[in-house]
Amino acid sequence: MSALPRASGLGLISCHVCGLVCNAAADELDHGMACPRCGCALHRRKPASYTRTWALLIAAFIMYIPANLVPIMRTASLNDVDDNTILSGVVELWVKGSPDLAVIVFTASIVVPMLKFLVMGTLLVSSQRRTNWAQPERAKLFRLVELIGYWSMLDVFVVSLLTALVRFNLLSLVEPLPGVIFFGLTVVLTMLASMSFDPRLIWDGRDTND
Amino acid sequence: MDTTSPDALQICEYCDTVYRRRTLARGEAAYCVRCQAVLERHHGLSVNAMLALVLTALIVFVQANVWPIVTLGLNGQYSSATLWGTIIQMWQQQAQVVSVLTAATLFFFPLLKMLSLGWLLWFSRQGRRAPGFVPIMVTLHYIGPWTMSEVFVLGALVAIVKAHVYFDVVADPGIYAYAALTVLITIFASVDLRKLWDLTPETPA
Repeated sequence: MSALPRASGLGLISCHVCGLVCNAAADELDHGMACPRCGCALHRRKPASYTRTWALLIAAFIMYIPANLVPIMRTASLNDVDDNTILSGVVELWVKGSPDLAVIVFTASIVVPMLKFLVMGTLLVSSQRRTNWAQPERAKLFRLVELIGYWSMLDVFVVSLLTALVRFNLLSLVEPLPGVIFFGLTVVLTMLASMSFDPRLIWDGRDTND
Repeated sequence: MDTTSPDALQICEYCDTVYRRRTLARGEAAYCVRCQAVLERHHGLSVNAMLALVLTALIVFVQANVWPIVTLGLNGQYSSATLWGTIIQMWQQQAQVVSVLTAATLFFFPLLKMLSLGWLLWFSRQGRRAPGFVPIMVTLHYIGPWTMSEVFVLGALVAIVKAHVYFDVVADPGIYAYAALTVLITIFASVDLRKLWDLTPETPA
């Protein structure tokens, strides 16, 4: 057992919302306690964290499949119509002479969502098995996902802006296609998933007594 | 635990480890020994400085929304877009979900955040808690992760580069205002808003 005291072992609880440290005996908590400072419900761990995170992550993954397969944007001009998926948009950016931006978009739209699925899946499985394996690294991965998660909205904003800008009637038009909706929902659902995961569960290994 | 009051303690929100609170000097930050998360960071911004930053951000935000972001030219025709033009266009093009997401993350949440912070800080200059302090603080906590202006700036840059292949591109004042807003957001990002709870005394309701 590590020498660092944990709140759950001391009968203390920190409010999820305002961070206030409260004294909380186990029996009081069962009847539902509110934070004396901000009035939000106090919990030792986020309620039903595993169930919620799994549900949101699976929903996000279901949305992620059409997000990649269905085109996100149509470019129409006088003599041709060109539908782009997320990946073909990255390729186009690379070929048309901006490999640096192509790398940024590839990271935000493809690497970050994939990383989120992998990391959140790993965190869920390992924490549910109450393993003590690589705890500091898993904690770091969680904070990374939390930090970079919302940058995936990049492609959604690109499509929106191009749709509003490229309005030259017959000459040239950009329209959003359903893929962009699925992609936007994927980003929102993965953000909700990482918010409902309680990182303290990573440290609730076998040798803690709660 | 019997000798220390909970106020003197601090709990790492990432791993539940309990620490005694310490006063940090300028430039110092406290890290959790167990999980290396930041417990607390000293920031030198006074209430007045924070309020000034929020007001500046609010002015810049208005500019970013009023002026067009980019103008495209094709054979003598010109087309430009503002943020709200973008939101309305997406709604009309059957992408209402995206339209609502964009309006929330780029307009309503950032605006709500700046207005409520301005409100809270204005009162804490006088050492008082603003009316509605508690619900506003709770709201700020929940909308925190849902403001995405800085992502939009990068998105605009990508859109410009993509459009540049086919069109003449003119960057408009809106994009510069957005760039300035990103800088202000970055300065403000290091401020832990939870500090506001300790800044003003609790008054009986």
